[in-house]
Amino acid sequence: MSFINYSSREINCKLVFYGPGLCGKTTNLQYIYKKTNPDSKGKMISLATESERTLFFDFLPLALGNIKGFKVRFHLYTVPGQVFYDASRKLILKGVDGVVFVADSQAERMESNIESMENLRKNLQEQGYNLDQLPFVIQYNKRDLPSAVSVDELNQALNPKGVPFFEAVAPQGPGVFETLKEIAKQVIMQIKKGA
Amino acid sequence: MPDPGLIMYEEEFKQIDAELRRLHQQANAKVTFLVDKNGQLITAVGETENLDTTSLASLTAGNIAATGGMAKLLGEKDFSILFHEGERDNIHISLVGRVILVVIFDQRSSLGLVRLRVKKSVEILSQILQKILQQVDRAKAPSGSGGSGKEQPKSPFSEISEDDIDKLFG
Repeated sequence: MSFINYSSREINCKLVFYGPGLCGKTTNLQYIYKKTNPDSKGKMISLATESERTLFFDFLPLALGNIKGFKVRFHLYTVPGQVFYDASRKLILKGVDGVVFVADSQAERMESNIESMENLRKNLQEQGYNLDQLPFVIQYNKRDLPSAVSVDELNQALNPKGVPFFEAVAPQGPGVFETLKEIAKQVIMQIKKGA
Repeated sequence: MPDPGLIMYEEEFKQIDAELRRLHQQANAKVTFLVDKNGQLITAVGETENLDTTSLASLTAGNIAATGGMAKLLGEKDFSILFHEGERDNIHISLVGRVILVVIFDQRSSLGLVRLRVKKSVEILSQILQKILQQVDRAKAPSGSGGSGKEQPKSPFSEISEDDIDKLFG
């Protein structure tokens, strides 16, 4: 849930990157971190295993600028994608303002994508959220890989409601900031609605 | 939808800040700070110059969330106090409703003193937070049902345009 502080004139919002294991959630954050002006970002924290798989979460605070005289801060989190870390995923969804679902475009990962999307919906429901009412964006990552299936096919499997989606190659950057911008926009519009 | 977002106005913010200052002084602490359960720092007092308080806030919330998960597995509601002991610095974490009070201290203080002072502060902070939550409820309630509550300023966010958002991304 957003935190609005009238005293320090700040708005804080929590964005969560969700998706199956190895789909590129951490890579998204790493690219954003790399390309963001040092004045606008805090330290990126990764709670990962020795083999660099996310164990609990990655965290990246971004302060992008001002809106109506309020400093807008986004706190970006990833969840651990591996199936058995479900308890951790639930915890990280607490207080979420917007969700980015990062899908792995490779044909062989289609089933994992679908499973993770169902898991997202279920875990949100347990926290009292409805995915259809939350700011939500889908990113089709790994578009450069030879076994990537068509965007139409991905949309059919993962995006029946037609939420905004972006094609991405997270290590090189295409699609990363487009995704971030869209989810940020939706979250801020949500704050406007609640005002 | 779950809990509404937290909205903090000047008056309550000052009260919270004053209580954290009092605790900081009376517990001989290095730093005292308050974090939303979602990981957002509310305010920090003390030797914060060389401290990454944003990251600390996020990790504190992660810590509380993880131990809360453990508590539920054991059939407990929550573990309301956590204590981490280091060679030089120690961290005392306590739950105050939907926020978390953190005290960092070294050998100039002691766990006993910190626990004692924290107990008192938790009571005071709970009252202030209660007031804030009531205000959020009132703000959400239809006009006329707010009772004797004071008027809050009109939200500046009702005027946000797409242009404002585009500017954030240069």
